[in-house]
Amino acid sequence: MSSFLSQLDPVSLLSITLITATPLTLAALGGMMCERSGVVNIALEGIMLTGAFVGYAAAFATHNLWLGVLAAIVAGMLIAGLHAVLSINFLVDQIVSGTVINILAVGITGVFYRNFIESQNVAGPGTLPQWNVPVLSAIPVVGPIFFQNQFVTYAMLALIVIVHFTLFHTVWGLRTRACGEHPRAAETAGINVYFVRYVNVIASGALAGLGGAYFSLQQIGNFLPGMTGGRGFIGLAAMIFGQWTPVGAFLASLLFSGSDQVGSRLQSVFHVPIPLQFLGMLPYILTIVVVAGAMGRAVAPAAVGRLYKKS
Amino acid sequence: MRERLRVDWLINSIFVPVASVAAGFVVAGLVVAATGADPLLAFTSLFQGAVTNRNAFPETLVSTVPYVFLGLGVALGFRAGLFNIGAEGQFYIGALSGVFIAYSIHGLPAVIEIPLAMVAGMAGGFAWAAIAGFLKARFGAHEVITTIMLNYVAFLVANYLVDTPGLMLAPDVSTPRTPDVDVNAVLPIIVAGSRLHFGLILALIAVPLVWFLIERTTIGFQLRAVGFNQGAARAAGMSVGRTMVLAMGLSGALAGAAGIVQVLGVSRHMTDTVAAGYGFDAIAIALLARSNPWGVLPAALLFGALHNGASFMQLQTDVSADLISIVQASVIIFIAAPAIVRWIFRLRPEAAGSVQITSREAKTPV
Repeated sequence: MSSFLSQLDPVSLLSITLITATPLTLAALGGMMCERSGVVNIALEGIMLTGAFVGYAAAFATHNLWLGVLAAIVAGMLIAGLHAVLSINFLVDQIVSGTVINILAVGITGVFYRNFIESQNVAGPGTLPQWNVPVLSAIPVVGPIFFQNQFVTYAMLALIVIVHFTLFHTVWGLRTRACGEHPRAAETAGINVYFVRYVNVIASGALAGLGGAYFSLQQIGNFLPGMTGGRGFIGLAAMIFGQWTPVGAFLASLLFSGSDQVGSRLQSVFHVPIPLQFLGMLPYILTIVVVAGAMGRAVAPAAVGRLYKKS
Repeated sequence: MRERLRVDWLINSIFVPVASVAAGFVVAGLVVAATGADPLLAFTSLFQGAVTNRNAFPETLVSTVPYVFLGLGVALGFRAGLFNIGAEGQFYIGALSGVFIAYSIHGLPAVIEIPLAMVAGMAGGFAWAAIAGFLKARFGAHEVITTIMLNYVAFLVANYLVDTPGLMLAPDVSTPRTPDVDVNAVLPIIVAGSRLHFGLILALIAVPLVWFLIERTTIGFQLRAVGFNQGAARAAGMSVGRTMVLAMGLSGALAGAAGIVQVLGVSRHMTDTVAAGYGFDAIAIALLARSNPWGVLPAALLFGALHNGASFMQLQTDVSADLISIVQASVIIFIAAPAIVRWIFRLRPEAAGSVQITSREAKTPV
C-alpha cells in the first residue's frame, strides 16, 4: 500500500491538478461575471487564445514577462469589448457573437503568428518564475501544493475570493445579479443595465485573458496555434457544474483537471493498458456528462442569453 | 405593401450578404496591412489560386462540395433552433463509418457500393449528432457545449481507430491511414484532367431535397415549428424532444455525407490527422445563406473559393491561410448584425419579424 502511495505521489498529483485547473477556473470566473449580468459568453475559448498569443508576443517583444501578462489581460478586455458591443448594442444573438470571436481569434492569432513569431529563431521569453511563499511553503503537503507556484496560479486563487466577494457582498454584485435575473426591474430601480453588463463582460475578458497567459507564459513559454484546446468550453462547463459560484466552479475545475491527471498517471506509472486517445477523451466526456447531469439542478441567471433593449 | 416587401427581400437576401462579404474583405485587408504585407497582392493571389490559375476553378468546385453538405446541415439545424457547432466531428465520424464500409466491400457494382457507403457515412453523422440532440432534449444540455466536446472526442476516436493495428489501420503503410476504398466505391471524375468528381452532382441534388424536406414535409414543418416557438409546437401536440433529436441527427447526417463524399471523391482513405475548421466554416456558410438551402449554394462556392485560394495565397505572399477565418468572422458579424450594415449604408430599419438565427425561446443556460 505504501509503495502504491509513493508511486502515485499524491502531493505532486494534487499540485499538478491545482496548476492545470488554473485556466479552467479563470475561464469559469470570467464566464460567471458575464452570465451573472445576463450575457452568455461562449467566447472564453477565443479570448484565452488571444490572451495567450498577445501575452506571448508582448513578452517576446519587450523581454518582460510581466508586461506580457498585462498585455494578455488587456487583449482579453479588448476582444471581450467586441462581444459587449455586438451583443449589448447591436443585439446580436449572444451565441453567434461568441462564435464570431472564437473564429476571429483563430484567424488573428494564426495570421500574426505566421508573420511575427514562427519565422523568428530567437529564444522565447521563458516562463513566469516559481515563487515560494516564505514560511508557508515549508509546511508539509499544503506547502508544495499551494505555496510553491507561479504567478497565474496565485492570481487565480486570489481571484476566486475576489469574485466571490464582488458578486455576493458588494453593491456592484447585487446590481450585476439584478441585471442577470430581471433587467427590466433592475432598470426600473435606476440601474444602468447596459453599463453593468459592459463592465462585467469586459471583466470576464480580463479574467479569460489572464487564463490565456497561463498557457503561453506560465506553462510552456511559447505560443502554439490552437493551444487552448477547448479549455474555455471546459471552464464554461465548470461554471455550470459549480452553479455559477466561484468556489463551486473552482472545485469543478479541480475535478476536470484531476481526472485528466489521474488518467495519465494510471498509464505512465501503473501501465494500465488504456489507449492514449481514451485518456485524452476523459475531460471532454466528463464535461458532457457534467453539463447534462448538472443541468437539471443548476439554475442559471434567469435573463441570461436574452437580448435586452433599453426601454 | 407588396413593393415594400419586395424591397425588403432584396435588401435582406441579396444586399446584406453581398455587403457583408465586401466588408469582411475590408476587415481582412486591414489585418493583412497590419502585418506589413500588401493586401492587394494577397487578394490577387487568393483570386488566382481560386479562379484563374490552371485547374483552379475545378479545384474550387472540389472544395465547394463538402461545404454544400455541411452548410445544408447547419442551416437545417438553425431552422429547428439548434446551433450545431459540431459539424466537424460529425464529418469525421461520417467519413469513418463510410470508409469502413467502402473498403470492406468488394466486387459489387458502383451503383450499390457508393450508396451503401453514403448511407453508412450519413448514419454515422446522424448518430453522432443525435447524441447532442438527445442530451438537449432529455437533460437540457446546451448543444453548443456538447457538440464542441463531441468534436474533440470524435478526433480522438478517429485517431484511435486509424492508428491501431487490427482496427482500421492499413497494413504496410508508412503513415497511419485506412486501406483505400474499393475501386467500385470511388466517385467518378466528371471533368477529365481535374479532380472534380460526381460529388458535385450529389451536392446539387441535395440542395432541392433539403429545401423540400424543410419547406414541404411534415417533418420540416415540425422542425420549423420547434425552431420558431417551442411552447406553441408543444401545445399543437408535437413532440419537441423527438423533433430536436431528429433535427440534430439530420443535421449531422448531412455533415456525415460531406465526410464520406470527400473520402469517396478525393482522398479515398482516411488518415489520422485532422484538419480543423470545417465546423466554423459550416456555420459561416449557413449564416451567410440565412439558413435557406438555396442560399447555401453560392455561400459554399464562396467559401470553397476562399479555402482553395488561401493555400496559394500563403505560398505566394506568406500571408497565413488563417486569414480566411477573419473574413468568415467579419462576414458573420455583418450578417448577424444587420443593424451594423444598415447603419453603415444608411438603410431604413428592418421590418419586424426578420429571420431569427437561433431560438430565442431556448432557456437552456450555456
